[in-house]
Amino acid sequence: MLEAQMEVTVDELKGLVSQRAIDGETMILNMGPQHPSTHGVLRLLLELDGETVVSCVPDIGFLHTGIEKNMEAKTYEKALVMTDRMDYLNNLGNNLCYCLAIETLVELDVPPRAQMVRVLLTELTRIASHLVWLGTHALDLAAMSVFLYTWREREILLDIFELCSGQRMMTSYFRPGGLWRDLPSGFEEAVQQFIDLFPARIEEYENLLTENPLYIDRTKGIGVISSEQALGIGLTGPNLRATGLPFDLRKTRPYSGYEQFDFEVPTASNGDTYDRYVVRMEEMRQSLRIVQQALVQLPEGPFRSDNRKFVPPPRSELGHSMEAVIHHFKLWTEGFSAPKGAVYIPVESPRGVLGCYLVGDGGPMPQRVHFRTPSFANLQALPMLAKGHLVADLVAIISSLDPILGDVDR
Amino acid sequence: MGIESKLGNLGIVTTSLEKAVGWSRTRAMWPLLSGLACCAIEMMAAQAPDYDLSRFGMELMRASPRQSDLLIVAGRVSRKMAPVLRRLYDQMPEPKWVIAMGDCCSCGGIFNNYAIVPGVDEVMPVDVYIAGCPPRPEGLIHGILTLHDKVMAEKLA
Amino acid sequence: MLDSFEFRDQFTVVLQPDAIVDACKFLRQRDFDLLIALTTADHWPEEPRFEIVYQLYSTQADVLLGLSVFLDGEEPAIPSIDAIYPNANWHEREVFDMFGIDFTGSSDLRRIIMPHDWEGHPLRKDYPLGYEEVQFTFNFDEIDRRKKYAKD
Repeated sequence: MLEAQMEVTVDELKGLVSQRAIDGETMILNMGPQHPSTHGVLRLLLELDGETVVSCVPDIGFLHTGIEKNMEAKTYEKALVMTDRMDYLNNLGNNLCYCLAIETLVELDVPPRAQMVRVLLTELTRIASHLVWLGTHALDLAAMSVFLYTWREREILLDIFELCSGQRMMTSYFRPGGLWRDLPSGFEEAVQQFIDLFPARIEEYENLLTENPLYIDRTKGIGVISSEQALGIGLTGPNLRATGLPFDLRKTRPYSGYEQFDFEVPTASNGDTYDRYVVRMEEMRQSLRIVQQALVQLPEGPFRSDNRKFVPPPRSELGHSMEAVIHHFKLWTEGFSAPKGAVYIPVESPRGVLGCYLVGDGGPMPQRVHFRTPSFANLQALPMLAKGHLVADLVAIISSLDPILGDVDR
Repeated sequence: MGIESKLGNLGIVTTSLEKAVGWSRTRAMWPLLSGLACCAIEMMAAQAPDYDLSRFGMELMRASPRQSDLLIVAGRVSRKMAPVLRRLYDQMPEPKWVIAMGDCCSCGGIFNNYAIVPGVDEVMPVDVYIAGCPPRPEGLIHGILTLHDKVMAEKLA
Repeated sequence: MLDSFEFRDQFTVVLQPDAIVDACKFLRQRDFDLLIALTTADHWPEEPRFEIVYQLYSTQADVLLGLSVFLDGEEPAIPSIDAIYPNANWHEREVFDMFGIDFTGSSDLRRIIMPHDWEGHPLRKDYPLGYEEVQFTFNFDEIDRRKKYAKD
């Protein structure tokens, strides 16, 4: 296992790179798994003609965790914990996708308060994810101050997540049927504080980057793709919206109460790196709008379904109700069972369409869980986007696609 | 390292030299930029202004293993990645230290399956283990300070 | 077409393996422009063992349609659709890697997630999970002796 298997023979390369490389005319460069600009452990085999990229072959799998197989060995609710770790910047979004799949499969109701809190926290996660994207994207283009500023905002959001669930990142706050616990006191003030200060901060980032001639030179016209090509190659999310197609699952196929909110889907027309930046900046503003509306409209009520076959009873009930003890016992030892059947639930993650294909077989453990992750599909477009550009542009293109390798490899 | 270890224990000369060497090693330890998964995000958060790592001498993370002396393995180590990490470790010049940050590289974490190496100490010797999934940036700082204590206490002869 | 059913408001059509290419061509012309998922479920030990599921989505009309193909466990093979939907290529490579299903006519079928010389197909039900015994305090020393730590 430890012998380095990194040497690639010429035969293996034959199908991957052009004949010019095998003849020695162009150079094959390994942009290895450890590199300051690949966002995670992504390995690229570049065929370079001088400094220009002739072709680019991604080699993924360095972060493969076997999450899908591992989830088949755990009960439904225990497997939820693993979904946080897939796309590790969109933890609550992954939880939401998986919870919606379970709830559809077992036909479990979710109270309106839980739905609205889910939307609120998912949009905050979207803002947090875009902040990390902005910071690392600017860092790749050597605009280091933006990196330091965005992490400052992200700390405020992580404090809010910690207030709810005790954990900064891997919260597992959404459970089948609703939320894990009700919102703590101090939550609304914290979110309101964030809503008050964030618009000025977005202005700050825009002042630094949007009209900056250095930034424009490095991103305009780089990595252009048209809508038809993008849909054909499976590109979704802000990458697709930057080509002009206003496709957002929150609008076309609303879930968890998104139809109650008033927000716009930003698009741009050129499909280059600059447009992807513009779309994501505007998405942060729209997400903030949703958070504002959700905070104002938050209804009172239960935070989790009271279907005791799937949701454990509160501890106070265990003292005086035998039925509650039986439900608690069944859920804690064996877990709830799902019927035979399969569902596919797509949601909109900050990177694109995140889908959960859940197959139940009548038992307490899922028969098969598959996540159609956006970064896996988006990364497939990289060879098409990178052709003909310089290596420095390749760095900008990778960071504008926003791949998260935990999402790609699962 | 050189003539000092060959001379053996010279009493107060050696102890002062040990203190000086340990002090200088800890005050400017450069980590290698080797974030793998979620723990890497917390490592970046530790580098960010709120929990500043540069006050411990780690102003920047070097991208090249030849220029770094600390390998913070942050994230889960898959079987495909293990030879790569070993190669990075071998490319680092002495003296070098390894911090296993997070549960996945300390012991396999929540994953117990065919794809994850249960603990990066099967691949390279580890000096400090930091628990947490992911550990808070303060946890990483505590681990780094523990490493500093360990390095200060290292003997030459 | 063999069968069609609806489960939890989601429509699925069951097809024969060789009909999949024509079905995808037909649906592509009918505005199903995004192949949103391609995955497999392993129903071992029931036969037919592998169920390959395609989810096609129409962005204009918001219609999600599932196509399901059942394959036997011995030498499973199915024609590839990456000429019609280019993004099927990586999904098919992942299914090949994890389940060992051969996509005939695919432009590029290599292992994508596991190391290129890995043996076996991990997500099959008869492939072991690779579970390692957990080290508690009562069996700490015993496992400590067995576990291979790296020497420098």
